[in-house]
Amino acid sequence: MKTLLNIKNIIAVLMISGLAFNCSNDDDMNTVTPMPTEPDFSGLYVQQDQMGRPAVNTVFGSSASKDMYNITPPSQQGAAFQSMFQTNLMALSPAYANPGDANALGLDAATFTGLLATDVLNLSLDGTTTFYDGTNVLTGRALADDVITVELLLIFGGEDFSENPTLSNDNVDANDKPFLASFPYLASAW
Amino acid sequence: MKKMKVILGISILAVAGFFMVAADHIDAPAVQGGTSDITDFYAFQGQNTDNVVFVANVQGLLSPMATADATFDENVLIEFNIDTTGDNVENLVIQAIPRDGKMYFFGPTNPGTTGLNSSIETAGAQSVVDISPYGSNAITKTSNGLKIFAGPRDDPFFMDFAQYSEIIAGNATGFNNPGSDTFAGTNVMSIVVEVPKGMLGGSGTVNTWVESKRKQ
Repeated sequence: MKTLLNIKNIIAVLMISGLAFNCSNDDDMNTVTPMPTEPDFSGLYVQQDQMGRPAVNTVFGSSASKDMYNITPPSQQGAAFQSMFQTNLMALSPAYANPGDANALGLDAATFTGLLATDVLNLSLDGTTTFYDGTNVLTGRALADDVITVELLLIFGGEDFSENPTLSNDNVDANDKPFLASFPYLASAW
Repeated sequence: MKKMKVILGISILAVAGFFMVAADHIDAPAVQGGTSDITDFYAFQGQNTDNVVFVANVQGLLSPMATADATFDENVLIEFNIDTTGDNVENLVIQAIPRDGKMYFFGPTNPGTTGLNSSIETAGAQSVVDISPYGSNAITKTSNGLKIFAGPRDDPFFMDFAQYSEIIAGNATGFNNPGSDTFAGTNVMSIVVEVPKGMLGGSGTVNTWVESKRKQ
């Protein structure tokens, strides 16, 4: 029995030698042919951050609730955060101080913050995609969109974008590097 | 008087919360500066107008020197969420997870579970691209109808955040003209995926957002 085992071992060693010989580039005496292994994709992944529209949490979330906002599913954000957003908007901007005040989209403080609190980016599959281009509103977000000025105008600019002019445009209108016309569209790193 | 001070303090805190940093860069204490901190999300029609493009950027404000050492975190899943039915619950996801110098994409696929906890949807179509090293040309791949990219890029976001901070701090009453782009000369770690509209329903409007999720 022991001899049989020895024979088995000898055969195994011979086979291994054969393998090692065949793998002429592989001189590290591996006993098995290296196989490409599938990476490990197992496990549970738990949410830490999320984002739909630009600057929503940054602008409208109070400090104490920013983390909670990031881990509240969008379908539950409106009910949980609209009221706080409205309070913060009205504290920040004089453009909503009087009854009936609205922004250039015709949205008053409650309606505007109701829209923003559910932090998803609407994306049209039918044509122009832009945050706001003077005609189309919230049909996507293109790289070149001046989203901060749009948001400042909607926060401070009042009904016709004329209120609080020194607060409603940061006067940075474009990126510091041109975007590419084709994939991957973003400019190369500095 | 004390009450007045308290109220004033609360107002200042509330206002300071506004625009602490722009877009979504460093937006909240739990994620700021970490590998799961989403800085920006874009969704737009592609050069081929039959496609739409999703961009997720993480790890903002990287200097060129820091960019050379920046890597995607293998414990952080980036998930694009697409709601095709208008209830703000995802019907499709595209997941991106790095492994050993490559970015693996799964989907678009209907996720097993919606919401805060995810598994990697390995039953969905798998597409793989080498992560582009800093300083090299963009490495892109077309696979399962998707175009995919992952690697460092110039931060596409622009804003005079420094002047906004001065306004919030009470040191200025308005923006300068011209302004100064606080994000000029900085990079992000970027994931870009271009998807045929037909995979997302073909027409109409979808609701989209991006999430970062960490392995437990």
